[in-house]
Amino acid sequence: MIAFENAAYSYGGGELLTDVSLRLAPGSFHFLTGPSGSGKSTFLKLAYAELKPTAGRITLFDRDVTELSRDDVARSRRRIGIVHQDCKFLDHLTLAANMALPFTVSDRESAPQDLDDLLTWVGLNHLSGALPPQLSGGERQRAALARAVIVDPDVILADEPTGNVDWEMSLRILTLLVELNRMGKTILVATHDLNLIRQAKAQIQARVLRISKHRIQLAGADL
Amino acid sequence: MKPPKAKPASPATRALQVVPPSGPTAWLTTFTAGAMTFLCVFALALSLASGRLADRWSEALAKTATIRLSAPPEQVDLQTDAILSVLSTTPGVASFRVIEDAEARALLEPWFGPGLPIEVLQIPRLFEVMEADPPYDSEGLRQRLVAEAPGALLDDHTRWRRPLAEAAERIRLLGILSIVLIGATMAAMITLAARAALASNAEVIRVLRLVGAKDSYIARAFVRRFTLRAMSGAVIGAAAGMAGVAALPVADAAGGFLTGLGFNGTGWLWPLILPPVAGLVAFSATRRAALAKLKELT
Repeated sequence: MIAFENAAYSYGGGELLTDVSLRLAPGSFHFLTGPSGSGKSTFLKLAYAELKPTAGRITLFDRDVTELSRDDVARSRRRIGIVHQDCKFLDHLTLAANMALPFTVSDRESAPQDLDDLLTWVGLNHLSGALPPQLSGGERQRAALARAVIVDPDVILADEPTGNVDWEMSLRILTLLVELNRMGKTILVATHDLNLIRQAKAQIQARVLRISKHRIQLAGADL
Repeated sequence: MKPPKAKPASPATRALQVVPPSGPTAWLTTFTAGAMTFLCVFALALSLASGRLADRWSEALAKTATIRLSAPPEQVDLQTDAILSVLSTTPGVASFRVIEDAEARALLEPWFGPGLPIEVLQIPRLFEVMEADPPYDSEGLRQRLVAEAPGALLDDHTRWRRPLAEAAERIRLLGILSIVLIGATMAAMITLAARAALASNAEVIRVLRLVGAKDSYIARAFVRRFTLRAMSGAVIGAAAGMAGVAALPVADAAGGFLTGLGFNGTGWLWPLILPPVAGLVAFSATRRAALAKLKELT
């Protein structure tokens, strides 16, 4: 699905990531951890082609990202669900319209029943007509997750999806991610919350990667 | 909180909805398109009026010529007969007549006042010649007059007609140039407004990109909005401009150039094409600006 081969990314003369080799196999669940500023977000941006590697090679659905046109990148994004810590929405559209955005931008019609089901799944069906600024942090995170999966993507990339919510809500979001993985989705979650990782490992087989000194390593039993 | 079930919006409507509906550039685009179209209506009226004037002057003066006879008093009648004889045998002359003294006095009165003692003045005798179709050969007639009546001078108004027609033609070109400049100014203003709108909606664009929107889709959303705004502004501007032109004094026989400024008959249809043209200008300007700005925002 997504593969890094000795990939590196430099910015402003400094190297943020070095010699990264990794393959996200279909149906796998990965956590990516590391201290703030270690390059977790940069790694995710490389994974969904917002950034291009400065060395090495990254392939997205078997295509080298450096060879993708802008339209190709857009098409690839329709196969990747992206969840950000700061959950970006269009504040002038209702939650339901925001959910349907991935369909809207590809000029497709979303099935109203699917939308309702999805909102029910994340527990937000009673808020479908609300505007994003009216939602709490946890509701926004769940809404972002629902939007990420509405077009049935192959991969879900989540950047600190529990960063702004309490532990109870974190567990709820984790449960949703685990359910998605059991449905066959490939999941990569960047987080610095080791408790969340431990909780997940009790439920599913997840690989834990750690960024240290600009490199990615497999985390050991200390988790 | 659940919204009522409504008829699903079309893809075009939904594309329009992804751009926030209001913003500081909304009124700017509408106002610019309206003001420019208003000015364009006047430039169009000027251009059409000068075109009509050029045609009228050319036609009016081209059909007539004047023969001026300046001869010693004892020769005047003799040469008058000769001139009339020449004119009656010249092919291409539809009609001719001698301009009577009273008529000559009336022609001079605006310049010298009503008490003009025309009988004591050496005023040349004038002949009006109307040309037929096909017209007479001016040079041939001129030479025959020189031979038969040495005091006769044929004036076919060429030296008057040419500068007048040229002046009118230049005014028409100036009108067209003004329309082009107004269009270019409108395109520049809308480009700036579109770029500002795109810059202020960087976050919206980021969200749309995250969910897989292509540049062409994002550009289309902005282009639709700006095109509609420009067209609505242009409709208002065209209506106001047409009302302004309609309120100008009506042209009459004694009227000059300014009273002839306006539209005639089907000429009133011309301003109606301005709103679609404004929409087209806005469409191409916004599309170019949007695609360029979207590359910058990467």
